[in-house]
Amino acid sequence: MNDPGQIDQARTDQATVQKLVEEFLAEHPPPTTDDRTLRAARFDAGLAFVHFDPGCGGLGLDRSLQPLVERLFLDAGCADWSARNVIGLGMGAATIHTHGTDEQRAKYLKPLFTGEEIWCQLFSEPGAGSDLAALATRAVPEGDGYIINGQKIWTSLGHVARRGLLVARTDPDRPKHRGLSYFLLDMTSPGVEVRPLRQITGQAEFNEVYLTDVFVPATDRLGAIGDGWRISMTTLMNERVAIGGRGNRRGDGAIGHAVASYRDAVHAGRAHPADRDRLMRLWTTVEAARLTNIRAAAQVGRPTPGPEGSIAKLQYAELNKAVYELCVDLLGDAGMLIDNYTFSQPDLSSAASDAPDVRRAFLRSLANSIAGGTSEIMRNILGERVLGLPGEPRNDRDRPWKDVPRS
Amino acid sequence: MTFTPGPEAEELRAVVRGFLEKRSGEAEVRRWMDTDAGHDPAVWGQAATELGLQGLAIDERWGGSGASAVELGVVFEEMGRVLYGGPFFGTVALAATTLSELGDTAAQDRYLPGIAAGDTLAALAWAGPDPMTSTLRAQPDGATGGWRVSGRAELVVDGGVAGLLLAVADTPDGLGVFAVETTDGLTRTTLTPLDLTRKLAALDFADAPATSIGTPGAITDRLRRALDIAVLMLACEQVGGAARVLDMAVEYANTRVQFGRKIGSFQAIKHRCADMLVEVESARSCAYYGVWMAAHQPEELPIAASLAGSVCSEAYTRCALENIQLHGGIGFTWEHPAHLYAKRARSSQLFLGSPVRHRTRLAELLDIPEVVG
Repeated sequence: MNDPGQIDQARTDQATVQKLVEEFLAEHPPPTTDDRTLRAARFDAGLAFVHFDPGCGGLGLDRSLQPLVERLFLDAGCADWSARNVIGLGMGAATIHTHGTDEQRAKYLKPLFTGEEIWCQLFSEPGAGSDLAALATRAVPEGDGYIINGQKIWTSLGHVARRGLLVARTDPDRPKHRGLSYFLLDMTSPGVEVRPLRQITGQAEFNEVYLTDVFVPATDRLGAIGDGWRISMTTLMNERVAIGGRGNRRGDGAIGHAVASYRDAVHAGRAHPADRDRLMRLWTTVEAARLTNIRAAAQVGRPTPGPEGSIAKLQYAELNKAVYELCVDLLGDAGMLIDNYTFSQPDLSSAASDAPDVRRAFLRSLANSIAGGTSEIMRNILGERVLGLPGEPRNDRDRPWKDVPRS
Repeated sequence: MTFTPGPEAEELRAVVRGFLEKRSGEAEVRRWMDTDAGHDPAVWGQAATELGLQGLAIDERWGGSGASAVELGVVFEEMGRVLYGGPFFGTVALAATTLSELGDTAAQDRYLPGIAAGDTLAALAWAGPDPMTSTLRAQPDGATGGWRVSGRAELVVDGGVAGLLLAVADTPDGLGVFAVETTDGLTRTTLTPLDLTRKLAALDFADAPATSIGTPGAITDRLRRALDIAVLMLACEQVGGAARVLDMAVEYANTRVQFGRKIGSFQAIKHRCADMLVEVESARSCAYYGVWMAAHQPEELPIAASLAGSVCSEAYTRCALENIQLHGGIGFTWEHPAHLYAKRARSSQLFLGSPVRHRTRLAELLDIPEVVG
């Protein structure tokens, strides 16, 4: 799978990167350096995204080195921005770096990395969920830009985001995948309205975003007209890796909660002998998934994540649900209660494992197999893109988008 | 951290795969599975003398290559992929590993060169569900200064053909391992295995003369370690088999046409193949992690072995049974190889600790309490 030269190179690079980070931290000690200053300096030193080009926050190294760099900075006590700017760091940066012009990279990557600008993702629509390429938000050329009209949904962090990754239809006469274009939207533009969308936990982490005659300058179009679908794939592949790749240490995250819940239940005398094997079955499956992630991340020489990122996403989603179902069961009668359904709008993207209450975490986990591509879509990707099985016959592929039936 | 087999192991894989495809294809496997010997001695000899497989992980001073569990795991993975029927598991995974781990130099001098050369077929025998609680008994033989072993080992992998039997037996001083080489006091009964490609025998020891390997009562930890390595070799075999049945299922789903389309285009089929892929990759991760830990971080071995022991055997079974279902009627025939894999999967799932036993052990290792009362 990996050739010997590449592996030797990877080992050398690891040592190099480790040394660079140590030197950087010596010069910018986290306890006494302001976070934003530190991150700006880190960007300039090429230690933001080491696999990006020099000048873009990177050093042109292999992507497999990035998790090591992140860990070194976190271990040194630096702030973790992964939840506060999950879309920007997890997907936006890679998309802009891959498809952006020099001007776009220069303008957006650094404030994205420092946390000055939070990003959100304007992909899904009420009429385009799993069938994302069917989306109906229109972008019509006007002057030196575009006028955008439409509605987006499931927009995490939309209420705090300064910028959004937007996909809109520029040509309804072409088949659906070919009539899309990709834009970098200033969320403070006139005509952008963000409304909270209350979810089954009572909170609103997500939003609906209404776009009414919003002007986007042509310089904020990412890539060519009609190339929006291909560029979206970069975003989505990175998203799956970002979602599935969480939890680097054995026993971290949701399964750690399950072990704790089980111990509590045993201590309180409400555990059943069968619970232990149910817990261990999940523990082993979670551990196997964690090891598969490590194995995938260690594959060198891969500039962008491949479709096998869907393995991690699928497993993370399904396991999280099963783990929190167990946690709630272990509560016994108290599983019939919840802490509260108070409305709030968190400004962090949460994972189920962040919830202080396992009953709330259970509810939150039900989104895992829907958001970022449903588990069914993940299985389609694995079946078709990894295993090479044929697609379903379909009636929307070669017809103009405007002629395809919609609900 | 990277724990995937390195470039040298991958080169070895290519050689082993080429050899097995040529000398142990399906026709060969079927021919030999109907015999008591279960394998072609010429292929066994070639594996030893030309490829050095039996001695791969045996130290060089006994004629081996001194490779690690990572490389040996690759060999088992490839053998599992084609259901190679020779007594490799008993001889190498169990007997040679036990001899290597127990570290009794006299026994190693005596037995390992023969195993490495392909001349000695060997097996590990015990009575009861777990070798660590074997109910075979051994008693000192005052007359010879040796030992005598008694009891019935009801199920011994490769026990029918093994000239060297290592019996795990209880003594007044605790558990010991004893080499039995003679036919005196030994009765072998050939069994009909569910998996015809792995031969099983029952062995009755009646005061069979034996030599102790290591000191009874002092070998427990080393034997446990040897068994953990054997569990990992079994896991590697399971990964090889699981990957093979996934290939088979995908190939069929891409060929078979019903309702005017390839059946792999139906999500009902495609999604099951996707789930099989996840199973195979999970199993592969656990097996590779395990053999890497065996080679590089021995204190992790118990957890890694039981993780692989539970995950890989369940993954293999699920994939092998799913493969029969995806093939429909043809998958239920004797003629199609799907059943050979399903039988290997089911049978190896119960060998060296069922998944639930491995999970129970894991819970103990992780200090996760059981529910009492």
